[in-house]
Amino acid sequence: MDLHLKIWRQKDGKTKGKLVNYDLKELNSHMSFLEMLDTLNEKLITEGEEPVEFDHDCREGICGQCGMMINGLAHGPLKNTTTCQLHLRSFKDGETIVIEPFRAEAFPIKRDLKVDRSAFDRIISSGGFVSINTGQAPDATAIAVTHQTAEEAFDSAACIGCGACVATCKNASAALFTSAKITHMVLLPQGKEERSKRVIDMVKQMDSELFGHCSNTEACEVECPQGISVLNIARMNYEYSRALFFGKK
Amino acid sequence: MMLDSKIPQGPLEQKWTNYKKTAKLVNPANRKKLDVIVVGTGLAGSSIAASLGEMGYNVKSFCFQDSPRRAHSVAGQGGVNAAKNYKNDGDSVYRMFVDTLKGGDFRAREANVYRMAECSLNLIDQAVAQGVPFGREYGGYLNNRSFGGVQVSRTFYARGQTGQQLLLGAYQALMRQVGKKTIELFSRHEMLDLVVIDGKARGVIVRNLDTGEIERHAAHAVVLATGGYGKIYYLSTLAMGCNGSAIWRAHKKGALMASPSWIQVHPTSLPQSGDYQSKLTLMSESLRNDGRIWVPSKENETRAANDIPENERDYYLERRYPAFGNLAPRDISSRAAKERIDAGFGIGPLKNAVYLDFSKAIKEQGKEKIQEKYGNLFDMYLKITGYDAYQEPMMISPSAHFSMGGLWVDYELMTTIPGLFALGEANFADHGANRLGANSLLQASVDGYFIAPYTIANYLSNEIHTGKISTEDPAFEKAENAVKQQVENLININGTKTVDHYHKTLGKLLYDYCGLARNEKGLKYAIQEIQKLKAEFYRNVKVSGQGNSMNTELEKAGRVADYFEIGELMCYDALTRNESCGAHFREEYQTPDGEALRNDNEFQFISAWAWTGENKEPELIKEPLVFEEVQPTVRSYK
Ligand SMILES: Cc1cc2nc3c(=O)[nH]c(=O)nc-3n(C[C@H](O)[C@H](O)[C@H](O)COP(=O)(O)OP(=O)(O)OC[C@H]3O[C@@H](n4cnc5c(N)ncnc54)[C@H](O)[C@@H]3O)c2cc1C
Ligand code: SF4
Ligand code: FES
Repeated sequence: MDLHLKIWRQKDGKTKGKLVNYDLKELNSHMSFLEMLDTLNEKLITEGEEPVEFDHDCREGICGQCGMMINGLAHGPLKNTTTCQLHLRSFKDGETIVIEPFRAEAFPIKRDLKVDRSAFDRIISSGGFVSINTGQAPDATAIAVTHQTAEEAFDSAACIGCGACVATCKNASAALFTSAKITHMVLLPQGKEERSKRVIDMVKQMDSELFGHCSNTEACEVECPQGISVLNIARMNYEYSRALFFGKK
Repeated sequence: MMLDSKIPQGPLEQKWTNYKKTAKLVNPANRKKLDVIVVGTGLAGSSIAASLGEMGYNVKSFCFQDSPRRAHSVAGQGGVNAAKNYKNDGDSVYRMFVDTLKGGDFRAREANVYRMAECSLNLIDQAVAQGVPFGREYGGYLNNRSFGGVQVSRTFYARGQTGQQLLLGAYQALMRQVGKKTIELFSRHEMLDLVVIDGKARGVIVRNLDTGEIERHAAHAVVLATGGYGKIYYLSTLAMGCNGSAIWRAHKKGALMASPSWIQVHPTSLPQSGDYQSKLTLMSESLRNDGRIWVPSKENETRAANDIPENERDYYLERRYPAFGNLAPRDISSRAAKERIDAGFGIGPLKNAVYLDFSKAIKEQGKEKIQEKYGNLFDMYLKITGYDAYQEPMMISPSAHFSMGGLWVDYELMTTIPGLFALGEANFADHGANRLGANSLLQASVDGYFIAPYTIANYLSNEIHTGKISTEDPAFEKAENAVKQQVENLININGTKTVDHYHKTLGKLLYDYCGLARNEKGLKYAIQEIQKLKAEFYRNVKVSGQGNSMNTELEKAGRVADYFEIGELMCYDALTRNESCGAHFREEYQTPDGEALRNDNEFQFISAWAWTGENKEPELIKEPLVFEEVQPTVRSYK
């Protein structure tokens, strides 16, 4: 199949960027979206041009590193799918595809389609963990966790930190990401001890990173490759109010 | 050179306890004076960095991804082993030790393997305490299942994303220390050289991948936890960035490489569909618990899978290995698949696959049960291939997956360079010639959480009076200049072929001649071809862009440059082993019915290799393997 691409090219954070047109012909529809970009880059390199920089690593939907806006949608048209798991069969022959980086003030552009998502790491660093040191944990069976609870915690823990929720939100809010970690932790007995301190610290960090506020548009859930539910945000809000009410206990 | 494996005295069960009892300690007040560099933030790297950070050392942590949470451990699917015996099916540390040793075809050190099994108990405790949501029974207790190659249920899992959840646990422990400022984090930094001063590892040279800046970092000890190099085959189950550069550069600075040719080929990955393809996706091994593997019994079958009647299907694993059937170990299952494919029974558009069929399991257990167990894998399969595996069997094929080889380390996980440690998949340690499923998330984790914290401390106890290591030392300058020179060289070649072209060519060569099957003639041929290819690369590769800015092509070029040399060493290694064992199948050494023929009399040793210089034959150094507890037996899965 043939595709017309309009790709955002930007040298670095300081330089202005623009959409540049590229045409690719005779692509195999079984190709993944990133393999299509590889093919473009091979072509650009042999023609003496600089290839398009984009982030990716595992190419199996789990590392969270890939991610770009494809025709205005984070990770493209398929539901619950990362960019690397998207294949050309989802597009029509001759289609024009606009490819841009995830945009948010808290995710500054580094180059072309690459953005800086280290704000997520700082949010985790502010409290997204259980304060257990390594080496001396109690026996794992000592505390039972029901199947149901473990599965629910997993649903939230499954967030891959890709940032699509932020990119797709009109406020560039990180509420889905942050709330997923808070929910994962608070559901499990191990994470309960620090629940109040955790939620207050993480929300504070989230706010200081220039993410916007959540205004419940629920766009994040729609674009999230892991299907993280907005109910996590409700849980975060509850936990936050609870923490303020009962103090940091 | 004589290799000292430093295996502690005493009976097997006591060795690790004895070591810990006598290992030297560093007083908490002195730890502040000691710096440690940890390269890699996978399970091995994050866990050791977090451990050392908690203990009070100054730690610098490096990874090439944009966040430590994306290290390739995140991709681990099926599960992690631990001899907890929660199922009361007779599991024990000893049984796990025997299984692992046997699974590795008696090419691993007894003491190391025993220690891994012993520490496996603690790992589950550690992970649960960190909030890893392992699968649970309805009553609330931890659940586990059995996994390729063993007959007890000892594999713990978090859906099909065990690696992700274990890594998040380790990453969160790491980020907690980053928050406490005991660890300084350098993501998007790639280690390009090791700095050795007076024979000891004293630092690294890294490239800031965002700015292209070359930086010097000094420390009293350096830990490499940089994962595996299976991506050398280009098509593999590994992430695009996986590489062997860090360990290779350390090798060129004097660390020995062990068993480089032992690379596990996984039997259940998705087949290649075209030459644009960049990777092969793994379908979790756990699928083999319920899926049956078969090919048509007629050559060049053209009917669709569902149209082939039962009596025209060849369940070749069940046929050849009745005791283990579809759960036969990876090397055996992969080779059996290749054998059928090569014999003309392969299926799929490129005739390069076999079927993995769930129809029986769906009929017996119901679709819902199968959905609960493997739903995400079936979804993934649908996304990638466009086929619905609830309706028709999956197509799977073997794919390069895990490097059992790596830097040679002693019992303390220290390489032959004092102060340089290698953890996780970057070392050659505990898997022997074949890795059992679910043992490597384990190995990476226990190396970092439970073993290296003691052994590194033991080393550092002699460094308390060393004082700060200066990056002004001439060794740093020399290493930095060499790195800068290489960057410049690669940019200036300005030839006509892309880096990927060379990587793919090398990968194909290795797959054909140093892959699932090897022979003397092929290996000698491959060595010559690799040398030619490498020479051509340095004449004709095209790396666009600049050295002093973000440049993915340049990153890839550096890694491929190292892959040529690693590939060549793999072939030498395979060539000198005149036997078949585990992942290493030398066609000249097989039984009449096509099984691997091991030769314990002559090859009961670990091959460690020394770098002798550019374009020179490497030097082989043998570490004899002594088995006190378990006498080697022939592996039989019949
Ligand atoms: C698809 C897949 C599924 C798997 N499933 C299982 C399973 O179910 N069970 C199991 O036990 N094992 C499984 N494995 C194997 C297991 O995941 C790995 O062996 C293990 O996670 C390796 O961990 P590690 O910490 O050694 O390295 P990794 O997690 O690979 O981490 C390597 C780290 O090193 C860094 N790095 C590398 N080179 C450099 C450099 N030059 N400079 C700076 N940083 C560098 C990377 O950034 C990364 O942080 C699987 C592997 C794959 C590929
Ligand atoms: S919540 Fe979903 S969209 Fe947001 S970072 Fe996590 S996985 Fe990505
Ligand atoms: S590349 Fe890892 S999720 Fe897409």
